Amino acid sequence: MALLSIQNMTKRFGGLVALNALNINVKEKSIHSIIGPNGAGKTTFFNCLTGFYRPEEGEVLLNGKSIVGLSPDRIVHKGIARTYQNIRLFPNLTALENVMVGYHVHLKSSFLGPILGLKSTKMEEAKAKQIAMDLLKYVKMDGKEETLAKNFPYGEQRRLEMARALASQPKLLLLDEPTAGMNPRETQDMMDFIEHMRGEIGITIVLIEHQMRVVMNISDIVTVFDYGKMIAEGLPEEIKNNKTVIEAYLGSGDAADSH
Amino acid sequence: MTKTQSLWNHGVKIGAIGGVSVLTISLIGMVQMFGKRFIVADFLPMGVAIALILTILTAYLAAKKTSIPDKSIQLANSVISGLMTAGVLSMLVIIGRSIKLRTVFVEASPQLYNILTGGIQGAGGIIFLLGVGLLCGVFAGILILLNDLWRKLIVNALATVFVLGLLQELIMPILKAWDLGVTNYIAELFYAMNGLTPMGAILAMIIFSIIYLSWYANREKIKKGYGDLPKETQKKTKYLGLLILAIILIVLPQVLGLFLSEVLTIVGLYVLLGLGLNIVVGYAGLLDLGYVAFFAIGSYVVALLTSPQIFDFGLNFWQALPIAVICGVLAGVILGIPVLKMRGDYLAIATLGFGEIIRILVLSDFLKPWLGGAQGIGSIPNPNFFGFHMVKPQHIYYLLLAGCILVVFISLRLKNSRLGRAWMAMREDEDVAQAMGINLVATKLLAFATGAGFSALSGAIFASKIGSVYPHSFNVFISINVVAIVIIGGMGSLPGVVIGAAVLMGLPELLREFAEYRMFVYGVALVVMMLLRPEGLLPEQRHKMALHDEPETEAKTAA
Repeated sequence: MALLSIQNMTKRFGGLVALNALNINVKEKSIHSIIGPNGAGKTTFFNCLTGFYRPEEGEVLLNGKSIVGLSPDRIVHKGIARTYQNIRLFPNLTALENVMVGYHVHLKSSFLGPILGLKSTKMEEAKAKQIAMDLLKYVKMDGKEETLAKNFPYGEQRRLEMARALASQPKLLLLDEPTAGMNPRETQDMMDFIEHMRGEIGITIVLIEHQMRVVMNISDIVTVFDYGKMIAEGLPEEIKNNKTVIEAYLGSGDAADSH
Repeated sequence: MTKTQSLWNHGVKIGAIGGVSVLTISLIGMVQMFGKRFIVADFLPMGVAIALILTILTAYLAAKKTSIPDKSIQLANSVISGLMTAGVLSMLVIIGRSIKLRTVFVEASPQLYNILTGGIQGAGGIIFLLGVGLLCGVFAGILILLNDLWRKLIVNALATVFVLGLLQELIMPILKAWDLGVTNYIAELFYAMNGLTPMGAILAMIIFSIIYLSWYANREKIKKGYGDLPKETQKKTKYLGLLILAIILIVLPQVLGLFLSEVLTIVGLYVLLGLGLNIVVGYAGLLDLGYVAFFAIGSYVVALLTSPQIFDFGLNFWQALPIAVICGVLAGVILGIPVLKMRGDYLAIATLGFGEIIRILVLSDFLKPWLGGAQGIGSIPNPNFFGFHMVKPQHIYYLLLAGCILVVFISLRLKNSRLGRAWMAMREDEDVAQAMGINLVATKLLAFATGAGFSALSGAIFASKIGSVYPHSFNVFISINVVAIVIIGGMGSLPGVVIGAAVLMGLPELLREFAEYRMFVYGVALVVMMLLRPEGLLPEQRHKMALHDEPETEAKTAA
C-alpha cells in the first residue's frame, strides 16, 4: 500500500502552472526518485508536500490521511522531514544542538518545566541528547558535537542535515539533491548511506537528483517531471530508454535536424 | 605597492582621518567640556587625553596597515599620520585665529585654540602642536616595533592611569569615607582634588607593571596548576569565586554611599531591561525597538494599584508586583500578535511604533481621568519589606539584585531547554525552524511575553523607587539604550548585558559632562564595536566562535 498518495495536485503561481495535476504514489520503504530538467517543478513539489506552499487543487494523503493545508510544523508531526538543495543548517548552533532541534517534535516541555527543573523535563532532555548523540554517530560525526554547524566542511554539513532530518523520526524523508556538489567518492558514500538508511531504519525516501548514475543505481522507481507535468514513471531501466524522457532532456530530434 | 604609495595610502590618508576625528570632537566642544576634568591633576585634562588617544590610535593603525614589512616604513607611516593629524588641527587654529568661525561653529573659541597650542600664541603654538603630533606618531611607531609583551604592558599601564584618573570622583570619596589612617594616606598619595597626582600616576603605572609582569612570568604555571587540580577542587574554586562575587554584590552599596548606590540602581534597572531584551533579541532574534512599552506598563500598573491618587486600590508593592508582571506578559502577547509575520527591519519599525503608541496613549486627554495624563501619577509608596520601609537607593538595590538573580536564573534555565533551542533555531533560520516542527506562533509569542515580563518587573521597581510616573519618562531613548546595551555587551550573553549596562548607563552618570554627548558617543561606540568587535564586549562563547573563526577549529575540521 502507498505511504504517500498524491492525487491530482496542482500548484499555480499567478498564470504559471508550476505543478499540473500530479498523480504519484510512493510505496512504503521504497526509494523513489524525482528527476527532470531545471525548472520542472521538483522543489516546488517538495514545498507543497511539506506545507510551505499550499496546492490549489488536489489531495495529499499520508497513510490515508489528508495533510493538505496543514502548516509546515504540523506536517513534521505527521511524519515528513526534509533536507534542502542548498544546505540550510542553523549555522551558529552546534552540531548537537542542530540535531536536538530536529528532535523538537518529540519533546513536550515548554516554559515552566525547565525553570522549575522538573524531573520529567530533565529526563526528556537527557533522552533527547542521547538520541542526538546516537544520530551523530550514525552519520559518522561523533566527537564533533560541540563544533558550530557552519564550521563543518561541505560533505559533513550534508550528513549533519540528514541527521537533523532523521531526528524527527519521520516516516517519509524528502532529500533535495543530496549529492549536489559532491565528488564521485563522496557521491558513492552518500548513495551507500541512503541505501543503508532505508535498510536499517526502514524509512521511505523520496529524492530529487540530477546525477543519473545515482538515480539509476539506487532508485526503486523513478518519476520524471517536465514543465510541472509528470511525463513518465517506471523502473530505472524503463526510464533510461523512454523516448519522451530523452526528448525532455536533450530536445527533440527535429530541432537537432533543422541545423 | 611602492614605498611612496604606502606612505600616501596609509600615512597621509589615515592621518587625515585622525585629523578629522580630532577636529570633530574639538568643534562639537568635547575637548573643552572634558578639559575641566583632569586625568593627572593640572597636567593632563581628559579632553586632551582623548584627542591624544585618537591621534596615537590612528598613527598606530597607519603603521599597522602598512603592507611592506619594513620597520622604517612603518615608523615613517605613523610619524606622517601623527603630523597629518596635527596638521589638520593647525589649519583649524590658523584659520580660526584669522577668521571668525564662531558664527558657524559655536565651540571654535580662543580657549579651544589655547588648549590645542598649549597656550602659546603665534607660530610657536603651531610648532608646539605639530611637535605633539610628531611625538604621538613616534610613540605609536615605537608601540608597533615593540614586541607583544611590552606593547601590552605600556598600553594597559596607560589605560590603568586613564581609568583611575577618570574615576577619581568615585574612588577618592570611598577611601576618605572609611577614614582610616591607611586609606587616607593612599587617597592623599594618589589623588589631588581634581585627578591623579603626577606621583600617583607614576606609582599606578609601576604597580600595574609589577603585577602584570609577575603574572606574565608565571602564567603558564598558574594555568597548568589550575588544570592539574582535580575536578572536585576546580569545582570548589568556581563556587568560591561565585561566593566572593555574591559577598561583593551584597556589601557593595554599603561601601559606595548614597550617590553611587543611586547610580547602581539605575544600572540595575537597565540590567533587568537588558536581560529581558536579551531573550527577545539575543535568543529569538526578534529586533524589538518598542521595548519601553512594557517598562511603562509595569510602572503604570504599580502606580495605579498602589498610589492613592487616582483609584486608591490600596494595594502594597508586593501585591501590585505580580499583577504588573502579568500585565506586562499579556501586553507582550497582544503586541506580539500583529507582528508575527514580520521579520528583520519591518519588525523593528513596527515595534518602534508600538513603543510610541503606548506613551502617546498615556499622554492623551482621553485617558487622563484614568492615567493622569501629562501630570502622571504621584505618591507611589516605597516597597515595604516586613515592616521595613525601602526608602534609600541602597534598599532598592537589594530589590533589584534579587530581581536580576531571578531573571538570570530563568534565562539560563530556558536557554538550554527545548524552548531555548527553538528560539535560537528561529533566530538562525525561521523557515527551517518551522520545517523542524517548531510552532512559530507559540515560540515567538513566548519570547515576546518573557521579555515583556522582565521589562514590566523593571518598570514596577522603577515606579516604586521614583515614587511617581510621568509619560515622558518612557520615551524611545530607553528602548535605544537597552538595544545598545545588548549589542555592545554581546548578544545572547548574560555577563555581557551586565557589563553593557554598567558601561552605557553607569559611566554617563559618573561623568556628568558626558550627558550632552551621550547619543553621539553611543553612535560612535556602536560603529566602532561593529567594526572591531561585532560579538560584543563579553560575548557568548558561541558568538565568539562564530565571528572569529579560530584557526584551531578550522584545522580540526580540515583534518
